[in-house]
Amino acid sequence: MRQLAKDPRVFLLLAIAAAVGVSLAAGSFNRYYMGIAIDVGINIILAVSLNLLNGHTGQFSLGHAGFMAVGGYFAAKITLLYGSALFFPALLIGGLVAALAGLAVGGPSLRLRGDYLAIVTLGFGEIIRVIFQTSEFFGAATGLTGISKLTTFGWSWGLAAVTVYVVACLVNSTYGRGFIAVHDDEIAASAMGINPVRYKVTAFVIGAFFAGIAGGLYAHQKAVISPSGFDFMKSIEIVVMVILGGMGRTVGVILAAIILTILPELLRPIAEYRMILYSLLIIGLMLTRPQGLFTFSRKK
Amino acid sequence: MTEFFQQVVNGLALGSIYALIALGYTMVYGVLRFINFAHSDVLMLGAFAAFYLAPVLAPTLGAASIPLAITVIILAAAICACIGMLIEFLAYRPLRARPRLTVLITAIGVSLFIEFAGQHEKVFGAATKSFPTLLPKADVGFGGLHVSSNDLVVLVLTALLLFAMWFIVQKTKLGMAMRAVSFNEQAASLMGVNVNRIISFTFGLGSALAAVAGIFYAMRAPGIEPLMGIQPGLRAFIAAVLGGIGNLPGAALGGLLLGVLETVFGGMPGVSNYRDAIAFAILILILLFRPAGLLGKAQIEKV
Repeated sequence: MRQLAKDPRVFLLLAIAAAVGVSLAAGSFNRYYMGIAIDVGINIILAVSLNLLNGHTGQFSLGHAGFMAVGGYFAAKITLLYGSALFFPALLIGGLVAALAGLAVGGPSLRLRGDYLAIVTLGFGEIIRVIFQTSEFFGAATGLTGISKLTTFGWSWGLAAVTVYVVACLVNSTYGRGFIAVHDDEIAASAMGINPVRYKVTAFVIGAFFAGIAGGLYAHQKAVISPSGFDFMKSIEIVVMVILGGMGRTVGVILAAIILTILPELLRPIAEYRMILYSLLIIGLMLTRPQGLFTFSRKK
Repeated sequence: MTEFFQQVVNGLALGSIYALIALGYTMVYGVLRFINFAHSDVLMLGAFAAFYLAPVLAPTLGAASIPLAITVIILAAAICACIGMLIEFLAYRPLRARPRLTVLITAIGVSLFIEFAGQHEKVFGAATKSFPTLLPKADVGFGGLHVSSNDLVVLVLTALLLFAMWFIVQKTKLGMAMRAVSFNEQAASLMGVNVNRIISFTFGLGSALAAVAGIFYAMRAPGIEPLMGIQPGLRAFIAAVLGGIGNLPGAALGGLLLGVLETVFGGMPGVSNYRDAIAFAILILILLFRPAGLLGKAQIEKV
């Protein structure tokens, strides 16, 4: 029994069961609050997957919204063409196409470092957006409409639990120590026989995969997606969640994703000042707590 | 063929504006080694400064006259220089010793703050405003080519400003101090250079150039709004990287090249839809094949 309690798989199953359970009772909750709760789950997926890349592996990507767009568009197109029964396969295919995009982007751009990498990922994110914006098949500038609202609380939080589980297990595995080694000192890591490029590309592909899944969930939650929803601002939002939570700290990042999804809703009465406060929050945070809000001890 | 040359001429005018903005990016990168994301918003502030100054000064100096244009440009540049120095003092100076990524994110925060504050109805408002005419406009013909007089003024003034920058950086004592800080901040401060003052001066200079570029850009654009700086800012940043970031002639060359490439390719049928992506595609190709830029020197990383 004690052995069982230590097994992270038990937590995963419990989390999924709880998510599905709440989801089954969704009818008795306020729809507005349920919508926000689903958004929270999607943002947890986005933040935790970006954290693998920006936090654990130490590579700075500003193009996460681009991968989210890839997943969202492909998943939505599949359910639009072949019906709602294919929701889960559509999510998976969206994630896989996003992972392919991650491979295509990550391979060449990870030769760069620091702010150059940030700019190139920003550039790739913008290029992905422009491609969707000009593609007639994906609805050009208007985007896709009439997507079935298939994302439930169970899907959103269940997949968030899977994301957290996969990323946590990966980073804590023997293989995954390589991500942290690359983060801490790339040259020392390669001297110890770790191939930094391979680890960076792996982190990029896995991050992109989950961003794609989140994109699929997002599309089936909003029912409408357009290229402008996946712009630079969206990438920044996800980056801020990772920074606020403390780079490379999964629990902190989850908390940050929850807070930053609920906060804008609470600020709705003063909507005109909302984004001004948001930008001041970023500056203030960087000046006072660059290590993240929930980081109290030095990282081991 | 004439059409092609027409596009090249238009591209040069646009490119010289990019070059002016790129100079600001490159100079700041030279002394602080970070990308000043807020630079593109200083450009917007420059255009808005001119927007509010022009109607005030027009009765005394005459509407759409050369003295008006000169006064407005100088005043806007001075205002933006102060804003640039203020941003550096408040947001970047406290982070001088922190990792560069922290500063980069702060810069993004500052940029978002200026954009969102500008969009607030009590500041500028989100709506597009038409920019006042600063200079009398006329088309000049060169054997089938049509060049707007504004574009000619922009080209000439940009060339003059580029020369002035080269002179300041290469021939004056301040410029020597700037180069020293860029080369090795610690050693420069041991040699008696006031590093803080030099960095502040560099921000002021870069922001003044951005203000001038912002006014030129607004003169060509249909109108001005708080987000107008983002696109030219990104392009100019790409231009700076293209020429080799930290390299002044490189920024000028990169700006002109990007302006021409974008206008020529953007005018082609079939490609024009991808106009926004062209600049990024160029950036990515450059970084992959010549990470140091066209005129930059590759640096070997020491352990």
